[in-house]
Order: sequence, then C-alpha cells, then structure tokens
Amino acid sequence: MSDSRRIALAVNGVQHEAETPVREHLADFLRGTLGLTGTHLGCEHGVCGACTVLVDGRAVRACLMLAVQADGCAVTTIEGLGTDEALHPLQAAFCAHHGLQCGFCTPGMLTTLAEFLQVHPDPTEEDVRVAISGNLCRCTGYDSIVAATMEAARAMRGAGA
Amino acid sequence: MTAVPPAASAQRLVGRDVPRVEDAALIRGRGRFVDDIAPPGLLHAAFLRSPHAHAAIARIDTAAARALPGVQAVLTLADLAPHLTDTRLVVALPSPAYRMELHRPVLAQSEVVHVGEAVAVVIANSRHLAEDAAALVEVDYDPLPPVGDCVAALAPGAPPAHRGAPSNLAAEMVLEHGAVDAAFSAAPHRFSEQLSIHRGGSHSMECRGVVARHDALEDRLTVWISTQTPHAAHRLLCDLLGLENRALRVITPDVGGGFGPKLISYPEEVVIALAARLLGRPVKWIEDRGEHFVATTQERDQVWDVELATDGEGRILGVRGALVHDHGAWTARGVNIPQGAVSAMPLAYVVPAYRMAIRAAVTNKVPTTPVRGAGQPQGVFAMERLLDQAARTLGIDRAEIRRRNLVPGDRMPYATPLKTRGGMQVVLDSGDYPRCMQMALDAAGWAGFPGRQHAARASGRHLGIGVANYVEGTGRGPFEHVSVHIEPSGRIVVATGAAAMGQSTHTMLAQLVAEQLGGDMARVHVIAGDTAAAPMGIGGSNSRQAVLAGSSAHVAALRVREKVLHIASTLLEAAEGDLEIEGDAVRVKGVPEMKVTLAAVARAVAGTPGFAIPGGRGPGLAASEEVVIDAMAYANGTAVAEVEVDAETGDARVLALTFSHDCGNALHPRIVDGQLMGGIAHGIGNALFEHMRFDEEAQPTSTTLADYLLVTATEMPPVRILHMHSPTPLNPLGIKGVGEAGVIPVPAAVASAIEDALSPFGVHVTKVPLSPVDIVALIDPAAAG
Repeated sequence: MSDSRRIALAVNGVQHEAETPVREHLADFLRGTLGLTGTHLGCEHGVCGACTVLVDGRAVRACLMLAVQADGCAVTTIEGLGTDEALHPLQAAFCAHHGLQCGFCTPGMLTTLAEFLQVHPDPTEEDVRVAISGNLCRCTGYDSIVAATMEAARAMRGAGA
Repeated sequence: MTAVPPAASAQRLVGRDVPRVEDAALIRGRGRFVDDIAPPGLLHAAFLRSPHAHAAIARIDTAAARALPGVQAVLTLADLAPHLTDTRLVVALPSPAYRMELHRPVLAQSEVVHVGEAVAVVIANSRHLAEDAAALVEVDYDPLPPVGDCVAALAPGAPPAHRGAPSNLAAEMVLEHGAVDAAFSAAPHRFSEQLSIHRGGSHSMECRGVVARHDALEDRLTVWISTQTPHAAHRLLCDLLGLENRALRVITPDVGGGFGPKLISYPEEVVIALAARLLGRPVKWIEDRGEHFVATTQERDQVWDVELATDGEGRILGVRGALVHDHGAWTARGVNIPQGAVSAMPLAYVVPAYRMAIRAAVTNKVPTTPVRGAGQPQGVFAMERLLDQAARTLGIDRAEIRRRNLVPGDRMPYATPLKTRGGMQVVLDSGDYPRCMQMALDAAGWAGFPGRQHAARASGRHLGIGVANYVEGTGRGPFEHVSVHIEPSGRIVVATGAAAMGQSTHTMLAQLVAEQLGGDMARVHVIAGDTAAAPMGIGGSNSRQAVLAGSSAHVAALRVREKVLHIASTLLEAAEGDLEIEGDAVRVKGVPEMKVTLAAVARAVAGTPGFAIPGGRGPGLAASEEVVIDAMAYANGTAVAEVEVDAETGDARVLALTFSHDCGNALHPRIVDGQLMGGIAHGIGNALFEHMRFDEEAQPTSTTLADYLLVTATEMPPVRILHMHSPTPLNPLGIKGVGEAGVIPVPAAVASAIEDALSPFGVHVTKVPLSPVDIVALIDPAAAG
C-alpha cells in the first residue's frame, strides 16, 4: 500500500528528484512534495480542470495522472507561466478583464489556454469557449475569461510579428 | 448619517474600474487557500460517513483502524464528548416557527439521518493512510426507513426521519397581510399553479476545509477555515471547546468561492479544532468533491401550491397558497430559506392581500441552508409562473401584465405590509421597476419577437421568449466592523469582520479607504476574515458586505481623514481647508513642497512621554466603525431570456439573455458585472442543468461533476447587462448588494421562454430544472412513458 518510487522530472525548468508513493497523483506531488500550491484540486475526478498543468507542453489533468508517470517529463505549472518581471499575456489580460474572481479555477484556465493559444494563435470566441469547456468556473460566467483570452491572443500575435 | 451619495465623477477610485488588489497573487498561483497551509508536523484527517440515509448505529469498532501503522487517532463522539461543552451545534436562527429541535451532532453516535453524515474521524500521517484506516472502521448499522421527499415526509404515516420523532414537521409559519380570502371571493379571475423547484448545490470550485494548530507556548488554537463567517465560527468553537476569546483565532484564508453553504458552521470544524488540541499537532481536513455532494449543505427543493386573483385587466387582487420546504435532516441555519422565498414572491408588485403558509419538512437528506439566492429564486418562480398564466388566459401580453402590477416609480419609497425575519417593515427604498423592465424589453427586442418567432416556426424552429422580475433584499444588517489605522510607517491598515470569498472585498475596502486617504490603493493593506484583527464581525451572506462593511469603511476613513487634516494643519501651520492628502503626504494645495507625510503625522500623535499630543484630538490615527443599518436596501431587475427548443430531442438553448438591474451606485462597475454574470450562469444551471438526484431510498445518485452538470463556457448565451442607478438613501454610499441578483430571475425567465417556444404543443412548465428528457415529456407525455 505504501509502495513508492523515486522519480526525476523538470518542473518550471528546475530539475527535481523525489520519492513518491506510487498511488500519489501528480497534483498531490506538485502541491505536497514540491510545495507548488498554485495547482488546485477541485474535483479529483477529471471534470473541473482546476488542476490542469502542462506536461511536455500538453495540458494534462494533474489529478488523473500519477506522479510516477511524470518521471522524465517536463512539467509547467501556474508558477512557471510568467515571471516576476513579465506576466504571461494571458495573466495580464485576465487581470485587465476581471477574468478571475476567487481565483481557484484560474491556474487551470491559464494553463489550458496557454497550450491552446500556442496551437491556435488566432481563435474565434467560439473556439475559446470550446477550449475551456472542460474547465469549470463558478464565479465569472466565463465571458470575461473569453474576452481576456481574445486580448491575450492579439497581444501574442503582435509580439510574434 | 447623511444620505447624499458622493458623485462618481468627483471621485478618483470609487465608481471606477480600478485594478483588483487580489489579482497579483492569484494570477501567479500565489494565493493561499486553506489546503495550501501546511504547518510542520501536520497530520491529515478523513471522515467516515454514513452510507445510509437512515439507520441506527448498533456498534462502532475502531480497533482495526487504530492498529494501522501511521494512524494517530480514530475518534468517535464518545472520545470527543468529554472535551466539549455540548455535543451539538446549536446554530438555529431565532424563529417562533420551529416545531422540532434539530441541532446537528458533532458526530453521529446512535443514529445517522443522511448519507454523508460523519460518524468517526481518522487522523493519520497522510490523507491516503487516513482514508485507508477509515475503511477499516467497523460500524454496525440497522437500516431504518428513510424519507426522501419533502411532501411525502408530511403525509400521514410517513416514516419519521429521526427515530422516535412524532412527525417530520420541522417548522411552520404563515406570512400574510390583507383580507386575502375576501379578495379571492370577489375576484373575477383566479389562477392556480402547482410548482416545484429543485434542490441543487453551490459547488464552489474549492470545497470546504479546515486546518487547526494548537500553540502550546501561548495556549492558543489557530483554526483556518474556508468559511464565509469566521466570527460566527469563532463564537461557536469558543462555546463548544470552552475557550476564552483570546485562546482561539479563526482565520479565513483565500476562499475559492462560497455561494452560501460556507456561511454556516459545520461539524468537521469542531472535530478538527478539537483533534489538534487533543493530539498536540496540527491537523488538516480538506473536503473532496465526493464529500461535498453529501456533506455540504444544499438548497431549493420546494413544492408550491399557489393561487393568484386578478381583476379583468390583470391587476393583482390577491395571492395565496402554501409551500413545503425540504429542510433536510438537521437545522443547520433556520427557516430563513422558505421565509425568504415567501417574502420575495410578491415584492416587485403591488399585492393588496397575501397569505402563504410554510411547512418545513425534515427529510433524510443533507440539511438545506442558503445557496446564492437563498429562497428568492423560488419565490420569483412562483410569482412569475402565475403572472404568465394570467396573461395567457386574459389575453394580455406577458410584459404588459407585469407593467400593470409592478410597484410604480412614483410611489417610492413604498412601504409594503411585509415584514423581515427580524420583524421590521419592508420598505422598498428606491428605484423605478417599470422603467428598469422596459430597458430589458427594449434591448431584447421584446416587441418584435412575435415576428421572429413566426418566421422561425415557418422553418420548423421553436423560439420562445420569457421575462421575469425580481426585487431583492440586500445588505442585511445590523452592521459590519471595519477599522482604519495609519501606522507610524504611514501604511494604512484596514481590518474587517467581512469575509472575502472571491467577490473582491479587499479591493472594495481599499478603494473606499484610499479614496479618502491619498488615493493610492497600494498603501492600503486589508485584513479580512481574521478574528485576531477584528474584534467582531458577521461575515458574508445576504449580498451584504459592500453595503455594511463598505459603509463602515467609508465612515471610518472619513474620520481618520478629518483627524489627519487637523493634525497636519497644526504641523504645517496651515488652514485645514487648504490641505489635501495626496499619495503618502498631506500638502498645501497649490504649494506641493509644503507637505508632511502621513508617517510623520502618525508619529506625531503616537505619543512621546512628557510631551503634549499635537492637535488636541488625542493619540493615534485610527477609527473603528460599525455603521448600523437595520433596513435592507432593495435592489431590483428584470431578466429576458430568448430560447430555442428542439422539439425532437428536448434540447433547450438560451440564445440570448438580457438583464437590466438597479443596485444603486456601483463602487466598481466591472466587479458589479462580474457578480451578475456569475449569478446568471448559476441561474441558467438551475433552469436547465443542475439536478441533484436521489433514489427512492434517499441515496444521492449524482455525486460527481460528470453527473451534476455545472454550466460551462459553451452553454453561456450572449448576455447583455443594462444598468440603472437609483441610489438608496439607507447608506452613505447609496449602494445595494449585487452578489446574488443574477441568479434570482433567470430560472423563471427561462421557464417562461420554454413554455412560449412550445406553445404550439400546449406545454405548461411547472418545474425547474428542465432536462431534455423533461422537455420531451412535456411535449408528449405518452411517448415519454
């Protein structure tokens, strides 16, 4: 029951090596072992999307992935999305558009959308709605999140041009 | 108190969309929610919960669980009782309506009365181990007949939800005014409805949680709770643990949404606080979503039997009826939900005679307490369904019948014959309800809708439109505590009993205080929800915190400002009227180099032994306020929903939602919109998606977010929000609450629109939520079987 393994993974560009119980999911590992509490758990059954992190660049529900499965992977959490000097354009746009209220779903929204805008730099509003249709928010009614994402997409296209 | 609201244009922060002070941490993942708190030596708790809706407990054997390595304790009520002054949570609001005492136990001991009721707690080195051990606790249950339906619970011969109870009648009361039966006897038209509104949950994205740590050096217990009411929790824990006030500190960390259920105190809070004391180590319990479905309170199950009497022009002569409210298994708050529902029902309209009888039924389900809206969506649903029927029968446009009955703008303030739960007369203080409704109708294209509907039908599409009005009592008093203090560093510290749960409380208070004290919100540090920082408080409920805490902050900041200017005038040898506070300093207008910093002013009055305090106004730069406002500020609004229904599949989509409202002055327009949008989304969920299912044995069957559907981004229609601003004279800011408004009229408007869309089928909508299966059954009851 308490079987554990040693894993090595990069989180937000920093290499970590740690012991983890084989039954521990990635979100608990990130929050507990590494102290990265920005990843939130809202349902632990893969529906709410709050725990979404990027694993090798892909958005993944950290409650549905075991920590041992992340051995050898590169993980990005909300703490690695922007820097103190420069917020990610999504983060700046969420602040400007009141895209967060309680902030609990926000890390999962941002990681989901960070991947989405990488792949879809010029989305329609409908595209954005579909992209976050696996992320639940009880505060905002989503419109402000969609507006923020459209602005972030514009900013990122402008920066890339 | 003067009632002149400050004009937004004259202010630099209030009334403007300033950046939120909460965002910087939250956007980087640096918030601190209860599960983020991990003191050294932390232990983890898991609760063993009843799998039965109703059963007697014959025996609890914890030996096997205790023997598991890594388990620190397995506690039942028998272990806890010697350390508690009472084994029950006596939290019921006062009311003469109660017919039974139903105080929740700290843990169940001899009987469980709902699935999810906690029976024992395991404290272990990890949550995994605690859950492993909980599975080893042996409980011998003798199942008893459960009662799951609130109407059936009151039927003769129904099994008692509590063994040995004489009945399932938790409470009963009648709200009435006017000669209602005479009005009905004389009325030319009467309409009746049997309506049901369904139980759901609040489902904040963060579930509940508690961390408790006992400091043996100071003999002080600190308890972090994801709660809307830290001071109420403090009082209850002090009472139950027998602690003096200073021996306990309750802190509300960042809260990942409240929406009602976090306003009450829960057994787990008592158990974890006590366990930390008994074990001498910090203990954490974080509710998981599965527990949230069975252990966090819910709301809205009500069955209404109502009648409306009108004259030939559709003018209301009387409303009467009865409702049965699902109280759940315990009194976790009171009779405030059905009372709020019945109070909300007639509020927007001139109703000369009214009588509504409430019966609250005990069921073997998790207790009901307010969820965003708190009874008001049900009351509005009942009123609006009746008006729709009257309009249809009398051949009057649905908006027109409402226009004829809404309280007219020129009768404000309008003293209704209604009373609040505290016995105070309900006086609608301000607003112009007909004009507000007209704004929504115009923006939604109400007048042109029949043409659109006709054209759509020609191509086989079923469009419908619906309208619903609400008036909401906001800002429930009597007060909220706020202190404003300029420290000798010049930093401004604001402490309040208000509790933040995502609704921008820190921003609101920083805005109001900075407005008076230099205009720089970055200099203001707000402490909300810490009983060590605020000596008293009420917390978050009833759309009250901007009204009550905002008013106290405003008045406290004005008092500090007045003192700052007075002392600065002494220090600068200038007239007070020539001074202004700008950033970190007080300066002479037009002579910016003549200034003294706030820090210097604060130090000047901090006191030096043997020297007089300059200014002659006593020491310190601080003010503490509890502005008392007993009367509620009544906000109002209108929702117009346009829907399309697929008559084959029963799929209903909201195509557009128009929401006009009046919350008086807006302190921060963007936050107002955000509050409304969240409520509107919740209302759409209540209308179409959120179905908390139980089987006939009162076993919950929708216990994941895959079964219980919350609205996602793709279900949201285009929403248009329109604002009216009728400042209330009841508080110095002229504001009314807005936290719950969005949810209140939306189910009624959507129901009306679906009925309209399906009028070719003669469909009559009497309940929400309406799933596709429900809609198909409405269209063709025979086919639906």
